[in-house]
Amino acid sequence: MATKVSNFSDLIQRVAASCHDSSQNRHGDEEDENETESESEESEEQAKDEEDKEKYRVLYKMPFRIAQIRLVSSHPEVYEPCDDSFALVDALMADRNNLLEHQPTLCMEVGCGSGYIITSLALILGQEGPGSHYIATDINPHAVWITSETLAAHGVHAELINTDIALGLEKRLAGLVDVMVVNPPYVPTPEDEVGCEGIASAWAGGENGRSVIDKILPIADNLLSDKGWLYMVTLTANNPSEICLQMRERGYASRIVIQRSTEEESLHVIKFWQDLDAQEDAKQMATTNKTASARVMESVLSQFSLLSSWISNSSHSS
Amino acid sequence: MRLLTHNMLSSNIKGVSNGFPLRIEVEKVIEKHVDFNADFLRNMFPKIEWKAFVDAAKTIGYAELPEEADSSMLDSDEFLNKFHHALLELHLEEGGLVCPETGRRFPVSKGIPNMLLHEDEV
Ligand SMILES: C[S@@+](CC[C@H](N)C(=O)[O-])C[C@H]1O[C@@H](n2cnc3c(N)ncnc32)[C@H](O)[C@@H]1O
Repeated sequence: MATKVSNFSDLIQRVAASCHDSSQNRHGDEEDENETESESEESEEQAKDEEDKEKYRVLYKMPFRIAQIRLVSSHPEVYEPCDDSFALVDALMADRNNLLEHQPTLCMEVGCGSGYIITSLALILGQEGPGSHYIATDINPHAVWITSETLAAHGVHAELINTDIALGLEKRLAGLVDVMVVNPPYVPTPEDEVGCEGIASAWAGGENGRSVIDKILPIADNLLSDKGWLYMVTLTANNPSEICLQMRERGYASRIVIQRSTEEESLHVIKFWQDLDAQEDAKQMATTNKTASARVMESVLSQFSLLSSWISNSSHSS
Repeated sequence: MRLLTHNMLSSNIKGVSNGFPLRIEVEKVIEKHVDFNADFLRNMFPKIEWKAFVDAAKTIGYAELPEEADSSMLDSDEFLNKFHHALLELHLEEGGLVCPETGRRFPVSKGIPNMLLHEDEV
């Protein structure tokens, strides 16, 4: 996503262009695998091709799959998987062993768009997983329908609900969600573009891109179980360190799972979980203990400041 | 929409104090096979509102569930099979979910409930 929106068609073009690049370079169609098998004739039937890929997977013990771009459904009003989507799936893959050990019963995605993320999560937890149940919501009716197609194309299932964040679920699902994943609309835009009809609601994040994020955080806190984890994509403009501090006040510790800079934006995928120390701090902060907040501030900020100095160093050297 | 989802949904309209359970209006129910997983069922059981679940199952045409259930029944394969079938394999494909207090209907289309509220309901 672009960080500054001057006009929509410009943005759409840029988004479309970066989606195109990404799907070719990254999780696209497993071209690399085909290349390494290049003895086989190119002109074979697709079914045979599929079979070979399957064999290849078994042969090289590819431990799990993620959603494949060519099986992801699309619609002009639904957000296509982009760098931010890939970053979130990469974060889930990087954390896969922890996720398997975590044994989530209920997993949830807010803002599922094309279904790329929830499908990948279901595949990552896959066969060895504990038999998790998946729920995904989106405010855009086209998105939930496209997600159902994407899930079906990969042979996995999630329950879909067309709703605003988790409206309708907040009462009965409170405290039950073990893993929540969110790639929210995070682009800074004028406030009146947030939540409007169609594709704009996929990225429009209002002031500092925080409007929807700030609504999601307390809802996530309410829905997550005691052992629950939240993975969320943020942009530098969203002020992720402040988001971490706010979550700290709710008793959550945080860690950057993936940091990625593209030409357009610098993305973090942050993981949040409830933590006894953080809860202790939260209590102390509630009783306005300034030293505790200062200490917390330091610990949260350190991961970001280390990171930003690393970014500026590495950009100097390149 | 699975009955598991029905069990997790309630009406959030402004002023509604008890929006659960939503009454089901059936137009079409379908069955889809799901691999049996006893651990998942045991984990889910304590989270299910049993009466709402039994009533929902009856409404969509499945009357095999016991009226009352407690965790000791989780040792019975017969019980687990029925629980599995009703919780995961029966889908409300077309129909509606009706708020028990206001009568507001939330449509279910292609298996997907629409829980969005109008501006004056928030
Ligand atoms: C950046 S896109 C991410 C789509 C997909 N998860 C991905 O990563 O490719 C954000 C998604 O959130 C949805 N969304 C925006 N506001 C929402 C809200 N209030 N409740 C639920 N979904 C929302 C948008 O429709 C869009 O599909």
